[in-house]
Amino acid sequence: MSTSGSAQSQPASRPTVNLLLSGVGGQGVVLASYVLSQVAMAEGYDVKQSEVHGMSQRGGSVTSHFRFGDKVWSPLVTPGTADILLSFEALEALRYAHWLRPGGLLVYNTVRINPSPVAAGLAEYPADIDARIAAVAANVRRVDAGALAEEAGTVKAVNVVMLGATSSALPFAPETWEVVIRRVVPPKTVDVNLKAFALGAAQGTSEAAACTTGA
Amino acid sequence: MTSQKLAEKAGTSSVESSRRVEILSANEAIARGAWEAGVRVASAYPGTPSTEILEAVAQYPEIYSEWSPNEKVAMEVAIGASMAGARALVCMKHVGLNVAADPFFSASYIGVEGGLVVVSADDPGMHSSQDEQDNRNYAKFAKMPLIEPSDSAEAKDYLVLAYELSERFDTPVLFRTTTRTSHSKSIVELRERPELEPITKLQRNWTKYTMMPANAIVRHPVVEQRLLDLAQYAESSLLNRIEMGDPRTGIVTSGAAYGYAREAFPEASFLKLGMTYPLPAKLIAEFRGKVERLYVVEELDPFLEDLIELMGVKVDGGKNVISILGELDPGIIARALAADGVLGVTEDLLSVPASHADDLPGRPPTLCPGCSHRGINMVLKKLRVFVSGDIGCYSLGALPPFEAMHCSTCMGAGISMAHGMAQTLAPTEPGVAIDLRNKPMAIIGDSTFFHSGVTSLMDVAYNGGKTLTLILDNRTTAMTGGQQNPGTGKTLLGEPASTVDIPALCRSLGIRRVTEIDPLNLAEVERVLREELAADEASVVIAKSPCVLQYRIKREPWHIEPDLCDGCKRCLRAGCMALNLLAVPDGSRKVEIRADQCNGCGVCAQVCNQGAIQFLPSTQAPVAAEAPPASTAPRSPEQAATKVAPTAPANAAGDGGPTPSDGKGAA
Repeated sequence: MSTSGSAQSQPASRPTVNLLLSGVGGQGVVLASYVLSQVAMAEGYDVKQSEVHGMSQRGGSVTSHFRFGDKVWSPLVTPGTADILLSFEALEALRYAHWLRPGGLLVYNTVRINPSPVAAGLAEYPADIDARIAAVAANVRRVDAGALAEEAGTVKAVNVVMLGATSSALPFAPETWEVVIRRVVPPKTVDVNLKAFALGAAQGTSEAAACTTGA
Repeated sequence: MTSQKLAEKAGTSSVESSRRVEILSANEAIARGAWEAGVRVASAYPGTPSTEILEAVAQYPEIYSEWSPNEKVAMEVAIGASMAGARALVCMKHVGLNVAADPFFSASYIGVEGGLVVVSADDPGMHSSQDEQDNRNYAKFAKMPLIEPSDSAEAKDYLVLAYELSERFDTPVLFRTTTRTSHSKSIVELRERPELEPITKLQRNWTKYTMMPANAIVRHPVVEQRLLDLAQYAESSLLNRIEMGDPRTGIVTSGAAYGYAREAFPEASFLKLGMTYPLPAKLIAEFRGKVERLYVVEELDPFLEDLIELMGVKVDGGKNVISILGELDPGIIARALAADGVLGVTEDLLSVPASHADDLPGRPPTLCPGCSHRGINMVLKKLRVFVSGDIGCYSLGALPPFEAMHCSTCMGAGISMAHGMAQTLAPTEPGVAIDLRNKPMAIIGDSTFFHSGVTSLMDVAYNGGKTLTLILDNRTTAMTGGQQNPGTGKTLLGEPASTVDIPALCRSLGIRRVTEIDPLNLAEVERVLREELAADEASVVIAKSPCVLQYRIKREPWHIEPDLCDGCKRCLRAGCMALNLLAVPDGSRKVEIRADQCNGCGVCAQVCNQGAIQFLPSTQAPVAAEAPPASTAPRSPEQAATKVAPTAPANAAGDGGPTPSDGKGAA
């Protein structure tokens, strides 16, 4: 997978890139996946994306599969093959961590949202969730997306922050992201969302640097 | 939210846009294909994974589209439109075709005037269904052609072709998708819709259109000849193609499995079937002759495999290597065929990494905070009555912490099954208290009641049954994402409509005891249910409260006074995501209400013995913490100030509230 610059390379040399997005129903996972697919299409890639709209979305665990390349056959990412796992919640990061290929990148929002068995006192949220994630994924970017979204102007832009935090690992030009975000979000929220994306991107870059230096 | 809606929001609606490509789900592509094919009438009953087709069709003003009360009605509307000369589309989930099977089979004998396509969206893996029946069998059963797209582009192009096929061969066409085609998105090239002349005349052709014995006897041989003609067509159809690669391995496949198989064995040879019934015998024999080993890769039943083997063609691997159960993916196919000696596998797909989630708490679906079904399920659990359930959001009442629904078979079955149970049980001796654990009652939602509960209730009344039916009227078809129905006062297109008067309907069926209750008032719910369960005749209780998700109802949150909470966890029986058990430094436990999640229904407060759960409207000064006797004098939800949230979401997430609105669920 190429992670540098925009898509300038020869069409024939672009292998399929696999992303799995995970989160909790209502966090905007589906919309984030939609933005990704629009950006990839605008950059000339073939795109396939898949999610299940089912009972799982009544506050349940949600995933979206997103793949792009010169020719994509299957809409599904399979466990052990994701180049990037983009998780909107810590428990949902660990739940799907084994979908990453060896050396794959995990970008996750550090927020903890109790699932219903925890809220009902029937189970415990793992207190050491961050340590457990660190133990199973070597290449990790941790993002406090809620705080960054709030800094941008709305706590609801968490999904755009997360896209920003992932953007440096994707071969898409910054201008393409901006064009698509402008097109997809409500007009009044364009500035807030572009700021959210920028804050996420800055966080992602610094996390990436921390990762390479072993910090 | 469908991507069509998203695109529209972004000002790039595929309807008006001059852009020629768009990323669409197969459901949206089918809608687009219907528009491009000149379809005039489209009907459906919502059901995952088919629901978004009609929602997307409704964006095209040239097509009359409707939610019908059930799939049988939808099928008949489409048959009528076809008979009147229109190209017609009818869509349903796989189990919906069971409901619509009667007209579906007759339509095969009748044939078409305008093209007729029946979309069946199957659900391998049962993401949101009660079974994973393989509806390809219906094509063979009803003797009509079967078309299966592999992605969104094929969904659109094949649908247009299906209409040509339907009219050329005078047959309805079964068009089958699965969850992974319906809900996967890929790039689709858009085309235009032809100009259509208005239809002003009905065709009269009674020997063809009136299915009575004398006419049907004449039609049957026509249907049989049609299958032979279709099989001939299949030999040279663009729908079926050989893609030669490595001749050592030949894979016959279709639908979503084609993409998976190409991913797993990119160098193999493929016979890719877009038309999977009737099959092209010569093409299959030709392919067999070109490859060393022949595999059939298909989800669920050995539908293709059995038909191919019946032709006398040797299949080296099919259901003997790939499970008949569940959904496939590229990894399953890679491992199954590689283990059978097939070379050229995509190596990455072979490993099965161990999950790190075995000990993690699950995240199952739950009722939304503020949901009117919550209090009902709490009371039903308390009563320990046997609940014959149905299909909708309230089905979550079968799960912990409620475990208050004890059977569920199919849409509309709850009432008639409760009646059957009641007629089976020995009557309670006079003077002996009723044992509620062995007393059946029915529970059903408004949309499911309109779908197929009405005739069941008629049965109870007509045959002198004594069953209690609890109708949960939340004014929407909630589980599939909030579609209109005959009780909502609006059509699919958002136009004003008549509204079914449920109490009057029940009375007209012969039910004399009809009571309406507020499902957020637990004391009232319990009192009325106890009275009606003791009644010596059939009765109906209607719990009326609108869906908070669909109607964007946002009430002010309640809170828990920490000093009053004794950590008894009674409130956690509400199974509400707004309630959160906290560990207190002194080692005890207390419950808090998360204000961002709470939707102010007050149900938890009604079970708190300590009066710790209190409502403090933001406009009101906090009151002193006097403990009201909550269990005996529950706070009425009317005390809670109700405000309706703005309809336009002000965020990129769009639907980023505490609960999803992009979710679609079971029918």
